[in-house]
Amino acid sequence: MSDLTTPSSVSSIPFPRLRPWLAVVPLLLIVGYLVLMDNGALSQAGPFLHELMHDGRHLLGVPCH
Amino acid sequence: MVRTLLVRGLLVGLLAGFVAGGFAFVFGEPHLDAAIALEEGAAPAAAHAHDHDHDHGDEAALGRPVQKAGLFLATGLYGVAVGGVFALVFAGLRGRVGPRSDGGLALAAAGTAFGAVILVPFLKYPANPPAVGDPATINQRTLLYVVMILVGLAATAAAVATARRVTTGPWARGTWAAGVFLVPVVAAWWLLPGFDEVPEGFPATLLWEFRLSSLGTQLVFWAAFGVLFGRLSDRAARRPAVAG
Repeated sequence: MSDLTTPSSVSSIPFPRLRPWLAVVPLLLIVGYLVLMDNGALSQAGPFLHELMHDGRHLLGVPCH
Repeated sequence: MVRTLLVRGLLVGLLAGFVAGGFAFVFGEPHLDAAIALEEGAAPAAAHAHDHDHDHGDEAALGRPVQKAGLFLATGLYGVAVGGVFALVFAGLRGRVGPRSDGGLALAAAGTAFGAVILVPFLKYPANPPAVGDPATINQRTLLYVVMILVGLAATAAAVATARRVTTGPWARGTWAAGVFLVPVVAAWWLLPGFDEVPEGFPATLLWEFRLSSLGTQLVFWAAFGVLFGRLSDRAARRPAVAG
C-alpha cells in the first residue's frame, strides 16, 4: 500500500497519442445504451433487450418502466 | 500504453460487473421478486393491458430464470462499457490531474465517478422496483436521468478545473471546488421535475430496501473496479521494462 502515497513517476500520455482511441467511445456508449435503455428503438428487437436486461436495469438504478 | 489501459479497463469492468451482479443477485433479487409478486397480485388486468412494454413473471416473454441470468449479462456488459470509458479518461488524467500514482488515481477517479455518475442522479431519481413508476413517463424519466448524469459530470469537471486554479492553500481550494460542484448539482436537484409514482399501499420498507440494494450494487461495482484497476496498474508500473 505504500506506493499509494509515494508519488511514483507516472508520465502523462500526449493527447495526440490518445486521440485515435477516442473512436471507441461511441461504441462503448452504444453498448451502454443497449444494456441500460434500449426498448427496441435502436436494436430493432422489440422488448427483447428490455426483458433480458430487466433485472440489471432495475438493480443498476436506471429507470426501467 | 493507451491500448494497455483500455484492455485493462474493459477486462476489469467485466470482472467488477460480475462481482456487482453477484451482490445484486443475493441482496437485490429477493426485493425484485417481492415487488413483481405485488405487481401481479395487485393488478393482473393492468399487466395484460401493458402486455408489450411491461412484462414480468408469468407474463414475461423470457421468464424470471432467464431474467436472473440476464442480470449478470447486464452488469457484465455495463462494466465493459463503463470500464472502457473510465480507462480512456484515466489515460487523459494520468500525470496531469489528481494523484501521481496509478493506484491512487484509480481509487480517486473511481470514487469521484461513483459520486458524479451514480450518487448525483440517484439522489434525484432513485432506483425503482417493478410496480413503481408510471410506464407513460418512462421516456421523460430516462432522459432526465441522463441529464442528471451529465450535470454530475460537468460539475465534477468544473470543480476539478477550479481547484487547479486556486493557489491560496488547501482550504480555499476545497471550498471553491465544493462550491463549484454543489451549485449546479443542487440547482438541478431543485429545478428538474420530480416524480411521485409509488402506487398506493406499496410497502415502504420494500421500496427502501430495494433502493438500498440498488445503490449497494453500484457501490460494489465502483469499489471493485477502482481497487482492481488500481492494483493492476500499480503492478504494471513496478515492472521495469513496461514503459510503452
